This record gives sequence, structure tokens and C-alpha cells, in this order.
Amino acid sequence: MVEKVRVRATLNGEPVDFLVAPYVSLLDTLREELGLTGTKEGCNDGNCGACTVNLDGRIVDSCCVLGAEIDGSTVETIEGMAEPGRLHPLQQSFLEEAALQCGICTPGFLVSAKALLDKEPNPSEERIRFWLAGNLCRCTGYDKIVKAVQKVANSA
Amino acid sequence: MTTETTKGKYNVIGTRPIRHDGYDKVTGRAIYGADIKLPGLLQGAVLRSPHAHARIKSIDTGPAKAVPGVYAVITGADFPGAHDTLVDLGEGAVNFRYASNNIMAGDKVLYKGHPVAAVAAVDKNTALEAAALIKVDYEVLKSVTDLMEALKPGAPIVLEDLEGQDLGEKIDGPTNQANHIRHDFGDIEKGFAEADLVIEREFTTAMVHQGYIEPHNATATWDEEGRITIWTSTQGSFPTRRQVAGILQLPDSVVKVIPLEIGGGFGGKIPSYLEAVAAILSRETGRPVKLLMERSAVFEATGPTPGSWMSAKVGVKNDGTITAAYADIRFEAGAYPGSPVGAAMMCVFSCYDIPNTRIDGYDVVVNRPKTAAYRAPGTTQAAFAVETVVDEIIEKLGMDPIEFRLKNAAKEGTRRADGPIHPLIGNIETLEAAKASPHWNTSLKKNGPDGKLRGRGIASGYWFNIGLKSAVTIAVNEDGTVALTEGSTDIGGSRASIAMMAAEVLGIPVEDVRPHVADTEGIGYTDVTGGSRTTYATGYASHDAAQDVVSQLRERAARLWDVDLDEIEFANGNYQSKSDPELRLSHKELSSKLGSTGGPVVGSASVDPEGAGGAFSTQIADVEIDPETGKTDVIRYTIVQDVGTAIHPAYVEGQMQGAVVQGIGWGLNEEYFMNDDVMVNSSFLDYRMPTTYDLPQIETIIVEVPNPGHPFGVRGVGEVPIVPPVATIANAIHDALGIRLRESPMNPGRILTALDDKG
Repeated sequence: MVEKVRVRATLNGEPVDFLVAPYVSLLDTLREELGLTGTKEGCNDGNCGACTVNLDGRIVDSCCVLGAEIDGSTVETIEGMAEPGRLHPLQQSFLEEAALQCGICTPGFLVSAKALLDKEPNPSEERIRFWLAGNLCRCTGYDKIVKAVQKVANSA
Repeated sequence: MTTETTKGKYNVIGTRPIRHDGYDKVTGRAIYGADIKLPGLLQGAVLRSPHAHARIKSIDTGPAKAVPGVYAVITGADFPGAHDTLVDLGEGAVNFRYASNNIMAGDKVLYKGHPVAAVAAVDKNTALEAAALIKVDYEVLKSVTDLMEALKPGAPIVLEDLEGQDLGEKIDGPTNQANHIRHDFGDIEKGFAEADLVIEREFTTAMVHQGYIEPHNATATWDEEGRITIWTSTQGSFPTRRQVAGILQLPDSVVKVIPLEIGGGFGGKIPSYLEAVAAILSRETGRPVKLLMERSAVFEATGPTPGSWMSAKVGVKNDGTITAAYADIRFEAGAYPGSPVGAAMMCVFSCYDIPNTRIDGYDVVVNRPKTAAYRAPGTTQAAFAVETVVDEIIEKLGMDPIEFRLKNAAKEGTRRADGPIHPLIGNIETLEAAKASPHWNTSLKKNGPDGKLRGRGIASGYWFNIGLKSAVTIAVNEDGTVALTEGSTDIGGSRASIAMMAAEVLGIPVEDVRPHVADTEGIGYTDVTGGSRTTYATGYASHDAAQDVVSQLRERAARLWDVDLDEIEFANGNYQSKSDPELRLSHKELSSKLGSTGGPVVGSASVDPEGAGGAFSTQIADVEIDPETGKTDVIRYTIVQDVGTAIHPAYVEGQMQGAVVQGIGWGLNEEYFMNDDVMVNSSFLDYRMPTTYDLPQIETIIVEVPNPGHPFGVRGVGEVPIVPPVATIANAIHDALGIRLRESPMNPGRILTALDDKG
């Protein structure tokens, strides 16, 4: 039995302190150890973006990061995006613009889009499409996702 | 852009409310299949065949069972051996024996990824580690993955016990030809003899996958009473119950399926793969067991749509009148019979009014995963063939592509080549809307930047849509809201469209309807979310259940006011007395008086409607091709589609756009890339689907020709939009380069080769 590693980090603004086996991905750590199932698995090899989280200000595929690696880091997931009782403008925009169908890719897209708008409040359509190219959606054809992000960008 | 004929007709229908399940889905709270947690839950892993075709000589599970933390290891021997029973699942039939052998191999493996054993263990890593220790002794057999090779005499035989059929006659001896069927109409020889121009061409398309982002999953318990409970992501909880019960040789009623949120399916989550495996692992361990499929297995071992070989021949008079058409459509069924060749034959010529037709269809087993439905199954392939030939005819005749299609358009009363007569359809209206579209009326500059070449293509498509069974109940709350229970799993916003139809009937805001997807013990039998049937048939049930509520509330009003039932009329959400204008209550006011007038009101309906009504789409693409690299970019795309009535136009547009983008991926680069008969690109990296950056905006034009077979005129929306894209792109590439590609995908390699051949 491999010895578990102690990890202390900031998760969605709250301190967390847990033990995790050193081979467990951040994706499985969030979903299995910490109970945050909003981050989704689509491929488990870094090619679909469904498991996107924000790690110290950068978006990463959490399936390609180990849970043990986040010691001392700040992680934001979809569960930390809304204020209590109030959706983030991107979440509201995705609802109003019908930017989701099945919804499995939606947490990843929202985390990615938020990271873009946090850095660049007014990106062009081309820039939005480039930034979101690491997130796969098979339902929408992306049109309404891009428009939902543009709507928030334009109102910034 | 919407060409609305229903504008102003309804209060709720045609508006764009926020979907009821949306809040949970943008916050990460929604529980999908993989998210379920149960006390004592074990995790499973499936060992899969590395070979395309092999006999299993022996399986040694001993080393796996010895791993600490492993609770059970099972193989095909732990399955009861399902009988040959063919059951229709709504969008394709299933033979339980084949279905059982497909989810856990018997004496042979038939494709790479075919399951041979499964493990339940304390956690995922232990299960994977143990599965890797299972020793399978294979006798590798010659395999065949190309359908034309599989039809040749002497080809390796995939299923020794397959009884092949040819035009109703049993084929003697072993064969890979599961079936050959034919539709004949008119006099095909005479029709071609009358033609001034006949074009006949051959086509191939590669096997492609639905590509839903959520992998398959299943969690099961098999309890002491012998009852099985399954939590899963499925397009149909009842059809999943049917399959699990059939595979396990149990009555349907001992299996309960609890559908969790589903992350895409497009037809691929109608077949059951993991559910019965998880159930047997639970039986062996006495614990709940969860199985999650790896992405590579999703590609290698769940149902893609068939690759094809097709020949299409069309004859026309010089004035553009089609006199005859012939198609030979051959599909890879995968390892077991049952490709969607029948559906392709129903649709291939159905945009046109053609007096003489013959259609041959072949269903061929090969050493590939068993195919499943994928959005208008089989019809994208067929449209690629016929619409490319039609485009070549139009070019030779020098006609306008839309005028040619209008001249030959199928309309109400036209006999489809396979027999049925078209009811009221919107084919002509769709073509007229395409003709009037901004895209069609904007000229395209043929020379792009940096030596790139541009072209415009157009193509049309048809899908018949289905009805089938749905049940809905509506319970009235005392505050005037209602709880709507349905059995259709919500794959893309159907809770909203179903709720909107109930709200329209009841005269209340859609937010006052709370839709709920029940498990198989919470609602009457409901067929799959597929076949473009959900908004049509479950919406029909929603309408009827709401009318049942109205009829019961009229009785309550009559009781309350002590007047005859005939005295009570219902209009605009109000119950009122015909003779006394003072006696009038809104739905909400009357709902508050249920407790004193007889107790709760629950409306219900179950339907099996037959007027689904076909759907048509015409699409226009502008492409820009780099002759140096062969890369094709779609720079503008418009889809025009008759949807009957757009219940929630935003989600209608979303269906149109999503299907088009799947079709663009299909036509330009998606394929099962095989090497030594095994798939070698089974990851999202190598099986490359379109990303945001690959695409332009997808312009949508909604045409509404209400379907007389539905109380609100609904037609199925989700499938026909994927029918024309591959043909549309092929025709655009021809316009750009002057070459016709008849093999899909039309990837850079094929374009460069074709340019070289052209010289």
C-alpha cells in the first residue's frame, strides 16, 4: 500500500487539508476524495477540457495534474464560480443564450471562459474561439457558447 | 433568423425561457451517471480484447482474484446465456444473445476492445491493476474489417452461426452478409431509357463515432430479493431495463433503472454496455458496483455509425425532370447484424418525386464494434451519394441547384421510394427559404487570401422521424404550480420543451411547471430519447395530460359553484361560468381550492402517436481550401430546416447547429483509422472532432410548416440537420477545385491526391 500524501491548499476560497495517494489525479481527488463532482471526466488524457479547473490562475486539465501537486496552491472549480444565491455573469449568460445542451462540457467551458475574461475583459470572437479550442463540445456546435461569452465580454 | 408561421399564436410556445435544469448544470450540481455515490460502493474495470478476431481458449482469473482489495472477477461464463430474441428499442432492434455476447464475449472476440472479463475492487486503481493480471489465451483468427472484402467468397467469417439473407432467401453456408433487401417502384429500366442524361458514381464513407463527451457508465445493486437497481446515463431508461433484463434472462419488472443526467448520446447511448456487467459484479460481491468506461473503449467498443460503400445512379431529361434513380447501399454492421441500412433506404431519394426507383441495401458483419444509431442513422452517408450525383447532374444541365430541387421536389402526396406517401411536409418551403436566404444571395469571391480557393455547395436531406410511446403525469399543487413527471431522459433541453407545452395548455407561466424525469417505477413506459421523438411524442403526452388536468379542474369548478359541467368553459387559463360572468377563477385560484373540492388533481396521458411527419433541411456551405496543404476551412454555413413548430427556438437552433458541426467533422476529418484491423486513433487527440477554432458561426433559418400529426404542429428536429452536411461540403469542394471527392472524410490527403490527379 502506497503511503498517502498530506496536501494543504485553498479550494474555492476555503482552506482544505487532506490525504491522497500520490498516483491519484487532481480530477479524481476532486471527485472522489473531496466530493466535488462538478468537474467532469470526458477522456482522462487531456484532450477534451471537461475537467478544466483553475490552478494558481492558469487553466489546467485536472486529469493531467496529480492531487498531490496542488499542495500550497489555489484551485478554483465550477463549484466556486457563483456567489451564494447569485450566478456568475457567465453562468447566467450560458442559461439565457441556451449555450448548453447535455451540459457535461459546461463546467469546463465556464471555468475556461472565466479565466479568459479575468485576463482580457473584451476579447474578439477570434480570441474567444482560440481560447476555448481546448474544450470540446459535441452538442452545440459552439455557436451559442461563443455568443454567451461575447455577451458577457461586451457588457464588461 | 426565423420564418415564423406560429408568431403570435401561442403564449409560451415560441418563447425562449431558461431551462428548468439549467441552474444545476451551470453550477456543477447536476448529478450525471459517473457522479453517483453509494455506501459500500466498489469500482470496476473491464478487460478488453487486443485482437480484432480471436478464439478464447482459456481465461485464468486466479492472479486477479488474488490481488488484495479485489472482490470479484467475472467472464462470459457468469452470464446466463441469453436466447435469440429480437426486440425493437425504438431506433433499431436488438437480439439479446448478440447483445449479451457484445457486452461480454463468449467463445470468440470479434473486435479490438471486445470485453472478455470484469473486476470489482475497492477502488479504480486496484480494479485496473487486477484486470491487467487476467491471463487470456487467444487463438488469433484472420479478420476482416472492410465490408467489400467481407462480402467476397473465402473472406474470414465473423459469426459462424449467422443465417444470412438475400432478398428473402436464406443464404447457404457461412457468410458475412446478414441481409440484402430491396425496394422497387415503377419500371427502373424504362425510367433510365427515358433519360437524356444518366450519372452513376460510387462512394465510400469511413466509420465515425457520435463523440459524446461523457463516457458510458453504470452503477448497479443486485439485492437479496433478487431485484436489480441501476443508475446510469442512458437515452432510455425503459429500453435499458429491457436490455438488462433480456441479457440476464429476467422479467423486466425486477430491474429498476434510475436515469441520471446524460452527457450526450446522439443514438450511442441507446445500447446497454456496462449495466448488466455491473449487475453481475454486484450479485457476486453483495455490494454496489460502479463501472466507468475509458475514452479509448468508448471509441473501440461502443456503437459508431457504419462506414459504407454506395453506388448511386440518377437519370434526368434535359429539362431537369428526374426519370429514374437507383442506389446500392452497403453498410458495415460491425460485429453483429443490424446496421441502419433500412433507414438509409427510407430516406435516400425522399427529397424527390421520382417515378421509377430501385434501392438495394446490404447489412454486412465485419470485425468492428457493433454499430449503433447516430443521428438520422445511415442517412448522412446516403445523402452524400445521392446529393453529390444530383450536383453533378445540375452542373451538366447548367441549372440552378435550388430550381432543380424545386422542380423535382417531393410534396404532400408524393410516394416515397420505399412505399409510404408523404403527408404535409415542408420540403418546398425549406428550399424557398434557402433561395431567399442572405447566404444564397451574397456572392462568394472565388479567390481567397494566400492562393486559397473558395467554393459554395448546397445539398438537401430528409429524415422520417418517429413517434412511439411516452407517458406523462401532471400533479397540481395548491399554489397553482404543477409537477410534471416524464420518462424521457433530457439530453438537450427537453424538460423545457415538454413543460412549455403543458404550460401552454394550462395557461400558466412555464416557470410554474416543474418537470421531473422519473425512473422506471415512477412513470409509464416511455421509449428512447431518440428518433427525434421526444418533443414530438412526450410533448404530445404532455399536451394530453394537461388537457386531462383542465377537464378535472372544470369538474372542480362545477362542484364549487354547484352548476352543470357544461356550464364551465376554459379559456386563457381561466375557468368560468358561461351564464354568470361573476363565476370565474384562474388556474391558480382554482388550484387553491382543491382540498375542499375532492382532493388532489393529477392528470395523466400515455400516447403512441403515428403522425411524426418527416423533416427536411437544405444547407449551404462556403469553403476555403489551401491547395498547398489540402486543408479545407468552412468559412460560412447556413442551415435551413422545417421544424413544424419551434417550441423553444433557441434549443431548436442548437440542435441544428450541433448537428451541422458533427457533419462538418464527419465530412472533413473524422474516421476510424485502422491498422492491421484494429483502430489506432481511439483518443480525442487522434480522432479529431471540430473545436471552436475550426468553425464559423452557423446561421440558422427555421421554417415552420406545422405538422398536422401533433396538437402544436411539432416535427422532430434533432436528426435531419446532420443529413446534408457531408454532401454540402463535397459540393462546395467541387465548386472550389473542380474536383469531385467521393470518399469521406475529405481530408487534406485526399484533396492533395485529387489535385495531383487533376494535374
